[in-house]
Amino acid sequence: MLKKIISNIEISSGIYKMVLEWEEKAFPGQFIMLNCGGRTLLKRPMSICDIDKKILTIVYQLKGEGTKNLSKMKPGDSIEITGPHGHGFDIFKNKKILIVGGGVGIPPLLYLTKELKSEKIYIALGFRSEIYLIDEFKKYGEVFIATEDGSHGKCGYVTDLIKDIIDDIDIIYGCGPKPMLKALKEMAIKAKKPCQISVEERMGCGIGACMVCACKIKDKDNFHYKKVCKDGPVFWAEEVEI
Amino acid sequence: MKLDVEIGGLRLKNPVMVASGTFGFGKEYSEYIDLSKLGAIMVKGLTVKPREGNPPPRIYETPSGILNSVGLQNPGIDGFIKGELPFLKKYDVAVIANIAGESVDEFAYMAKKLDIDGVHAIEVNVSCPNVKEGGMAFGVKTECINDITKAVKKSTNKPVIVKLTPNVGDIAICAKAAEDGGADAISLINTITGMVIDINTRKPVFKNIYAGLSGPAVKPIALKLVYEAVKSVTIPVIGMGGISSASDAIEFMIAGAKAIAVGTYNFVDPYCTMKIIEGIKEYMKLNNIDNINDLIGSLSTEI
Repeated sequence: MLKKIISNIEISSGIYKMVLEWEEKAFPGQFIMLNCGGRTLLKRPMSICDIDKKILTIVYQLKGEGTKNLSKMKPGDSIEITGPHGHGFDIFKNKKILIVGGGVGIPPLLYLTKELKSEKIYIALGFRSEIYLIDEFKKYGEVFIATEDGSHGKCGYVTDLIKDIIDDIDIIYGCGPKPMLKALKEMAIKAKKPCQISVEERMGCGIGACMVCACKIKDKDNFHYKKVCKDGPVFWAEEVEI
Repeated sequence: MKLDVEIGGLRLKNPVMVASGTFGFGKEYSEYIDLSKLGAIMVKGLTVKPREGNPPPRIYETPSGILNSVGLQNPGIDGFIKGELPFLKKYDVAVIANIAGESVDEFAYMAKKLDIDGVHAIEVNVSCPNVKEGGMAFGVKTECINDITKAVKKSTNKPVIVKLTPNVGDIAICAKAAEDGGADAISLINTITGMVIDINTRKPVFKNIYAGLSGPAVKPIALKLVYEAVKSVTIPVIGMGGISSASDAIEFMIAGAKAIAVGTYNFVDPYCTMKIIEGIKEYMKLNNIDNINDLIGSLSTEI
């Protein structure tokens, strides 16, 4: 389906926010596939950062040709999209929540945080240097920040922020780079806390047919592959091998 | 307007199929299109036992193409018959089971097991580049193509289609080997082997070093190979490789392909097969072609 772009601006170095006209329902953690044009062939998967009335927001990082083309699109342009796709986060009500996000894994957690509507939400966000989306997150919970260069908040990794909080919460949600998810998973298992994470893998179709976004799932002493696009991108941390 | 074609005794309501490995077992696409409108569905390659496939990364995009290294992840032949076939049977569409054995006996075993209701033809995969045993190792040797085709023919009453690899010196002799083995049709091309290097790590992107290239980038190569195959055999040829539009599909049919299959482009646009069927109809109307068979093999090489 064709969707109209409302705005497309750089909100931090190399980080763009695109707002689109949108009518469909979607759950936190789901993603859409966008045709980025130019010499790109496959659509690009993008997590949903927010849905508000009839608009959808994505926040993306300039990485390759697809996102470069995307960043040049203007308000009023139309873009070919499929979705929403995938299995999103499970929403648990009346719980003490910990949200853990790193880098471009942060955007999908905003829609989740909003939809959780929980009284107690701790939000730990880790960036390399420049921070973004902080004000949006502050509307829904208490925000803790870590930057690798120490320019904002605590100097270090996002996982450093949660050591003192983790024992006090009921459920953890995370999204971010693999090393962060690995560390988060270990911490969650040690603290015996349920933890859902959104994982990333290269995709082809986004709908479960091409079998390229394989992700290892523990199976007693063995493993089997599940599809990130259809079975995920959200999995229970303990079942997935990172 | 007559759109139906016949492939080795199998009648298809139109010549547009979906290529094996690009359509799963139909479920995913049934949310987008009416599967009954397709000429046929060539299902994901099946092996005797379930296969987990290759470790990621399994895909890499290049200009107009993709390289894949899935490695035949599939639920195995029993998993297909019990878990996937009942769903496909609900649709009025020809189901072509693609089999990938590691030995002649395995091919024969699977062909026999698939001699059941709901399966309309067998596609013999001697051309997958992403597995160590069987696959393309068979497809580059004419005697293997011949032996496997003979063994499969003996084991089933269904039409047998042999899927060829483009990674050979002479496609004509491979096509002939399949025909001599008793194949009812041949299909080509499977993916073209290629490779990608990560310049930061100076390592190949894929753990198998090589992977299979497909998509619009390979279309002219596929078209040429299909044309050569058509000239070398009398059995029907199913053309595939980079088809993304009705005009691509029509080119293959003018070159002599009795039917075509869409592969990679299903990933790009889940509706593309429906657009292609409509586009073929429009072309026929515009060119006063009442029967699609009048278009097939109508190439004139006098330039």
